[in-house]
Amino acid sequence: MNRRIDWTAHIVLILGVALFVLPVWLVFAGATQDPGAIDRGELSLLPNLHGFGVFADVLGNGVAGATPVWRMLAVSFGMALAIAVGKIAISLLSAYAVTFFRFPLRMVCFWTIFITLMLPVEVRIIPTYAVMAGFGLINSFTGLTVPLIASATATLLFRQVFLAIPDELVEAARMDGAGPWRFFRDILLPVSAANVAALFVILFVYGWNQYLWPLLVATDPRLDTIVIGIVKMIGTDSAVPWNKVMATSVLALLPPIAVVLLMQRWFVKGLTEGDK
Amino acid sequence: MMASLKLEGLRKSFGATKVLHGIDLELASGEMLVIVGASGCGKSTLLRLVAGLEEPTAGRIVLDGRDVANLDPAERDIAMVFQNYALYPHMSVFDNMAYGLKIRRLSTAEIRKRVEEAADMLGLRPLLDRKPRQLSGGQRQRVAMGRAIVRHPKLFLFDEPLSNLDAKLRVTMRAEIKRLQRRMGVTSLYVTHDQVEAMTLGDRLLVLHQGVPVQLATPMEVFERPADIYVAGFIGAPAMNLLPARLAAGGTAAQLDAGPLVPFADGRRAGADGMKLTVGIRPEHVALVAEGGLALQVDLVEPLGSETVLIGRLPDGEMLSIKLAGAAPPEETVHVAIPPPNLHVFDAATGLRLEPRG
Ligand SMILES: Nc1ncnc2c1ncn2[C@@H]1O[C@H](COP(=O)(O)OP(=O)(O)O)[C@@H](O)[C@H]1O
Ligand SMILES: [Mg+2]
Repeated sequence: MNRRIDWTAHIVLILGVALFVLPVWLVFAGATQDPGAIDRGELSLLPNLHGFGVFADVLGNGVAGATPVWRMLAVSFGMALAIAVGKIAISLLSAYAVTFFRFPLRMVCFWTIFITLMLPVEVRIIPTYAVMAGFGLINSFTGLTVPLIASATATLLFRQVFLAIPDELVEAARMDGAGPWRFFRDILLPVSAANVAALFVILFVYGWNQYLWPLLVATDPRLDTIVIGIVKMIGTDSAVPWNKVMATSVLALLPPIAVVLLMQRWFVKGLTEGDK
Repeated sequence: MMASLKLEGLRKSFGATKVLHGIDLELASGEMLVIVGASGCGKSTLLRLVAGLEEPTAGRIVLDGRDVANLDPAERDIAMVFQNYALYPHMSVFDNMAYGLKIRRLSTAEIRKRVEEAADMLGLRPLLDRKPRQLSGGQRQRVAMGRAIVRHPKLFLFDEPLSNLDAKLRVTMRAEIKRLQRRMGVTSLYVTHDQVEAMTLGDRLLVLHQGVPVQLATPMEVFERPADIYVAGFIGAPAMNLLPARLAAGGTAAQLDAGPLVPFADGRRAGADGMKLTVGIRPEHVALVAEGGLALQVDLVEPLGSETVLIGRLPDGEMLSIKLAGAAPPEETVHVAIPPPNLHVFDAATGLRLEPRG
């Protein structure tokens, strides 16, 4: 073993980390400081040790006249969770169908799913809005989440995962008497658990960061997501309470980070326990 | 559980490609029949038809007196051991074996009893809690067998179960499979491309060549009286020497293209003198002589310990191999003779064995 420290590598890495951490640290430090000082551009890099109450304050009460942050976090969390779980459930099932079953128009189904890749949410946002309005789902949790659930990307990803499963495994299960549903539940899902975990992380963050669709479909403040909430705080014409905005931003970072950390363990466990 | 198996006119095509050209076969209860053939000849396809994983294009599969050709794999009461084991990677050894029984809704006590019984038989008791990836190749192989055994099926199917193991383990597992099959008395179809495996395991062999069954007989019969040139070359190692010749002396001898006239020890062959023949002689039957006979230019010497294989060329360019007990002579050219009693005579045009007349 070479025990000499490789200084160049360390310096480069430390600089890289600093580059990514600095803005977050600025926001964190800023949250504890006086809003007037921030407005004047006097943002200190050191947090004010007496200012930590701001986190509890925004969490419980929010900015004057707006929804409390805990509520917006809950809406965002519910939305991201519903989108991630929904996308995974639908994609698993559709990938299962197009990979393991021979039915008429199978390839047509597959290509139909495939070409929707070319239609991101933004492109189809007006027709989607019209459909939701037709169903009376504007300003509802359903309207907020359902249109974001269908996912060609995840379907294609699971199809690749399923294609890599050896035919003999499928056949062994058939000889053991497993029907399609049992095979899906007992073999396919556990064997793909690591991929499900990885995709869950990605999709959760995707759902958490949604902005345009929630902005359009949920005008009721009770359905404000945290992302919308932060934008609204900045948009008020009176003096912007920068410390509160920054505190909210820090809080908004926490759930995605928690999901990443939590699933990371799971994900590594899935990788080491199942080998295909 | 004892059951007989009968295949009648079994055919399989994938689109325009004909893979199996009509297999007729009958297995007695408790019999182990080995299907042997080169890779790609349709062995796996045949097993998969019997298992119900593929649908036959034509023909009947009768298991224990019942036509099962239209039943689901699970309803056929057949267990299969796959080449790559196909163990469920996320389940413990116990669960791998128990899965099929759970689906069949056996009681927990019965499942435990059967799995432990099989585990004891296979020496897997200490490994029941492990995952497949924590096992060696040989152990995985045993688990795959255990999964078949616990089902107490009417029929075992083995698709080249030993081909992923190293040579030494293969020999051990071969003996073990034979012992288990005898002990359990389950009718079995065993597929392999390895002729040693085929000879040692089978009560009978079916040699398959490009989807056509060419010989069905006991291993010794196949070895001693191969039905055609293909079987002659396929069974036995090193492979039988096949030399071009013509019928001569009123059907009582073969005139080898390489020179000598070899009389038939066992009688006349039908046909006109001058008819093209292929004469087969196993390497162990070629005799070394001090002088005379055929001169063989030695190209390659393969010492195998207790015996030695010489591969060389006859004066007319034909390859010939010889298996000798003991070490090889040091000369570069040796003299060999073809002793008449061990000759196999084939019609060169049809490839079929020519038996003595009358
Ligand atoms: N599902 C399939 N579709 C098309 N051809 C197949 C299929 N399965 C097997 N074959 C063909 O059938 C032939 C026999 O295959 P297989 O039974 O696997 O041979 P073996 O097990 O004797 O090596 C091969 O030429 C193979 O390409
Ligand atoms: Mg095969």
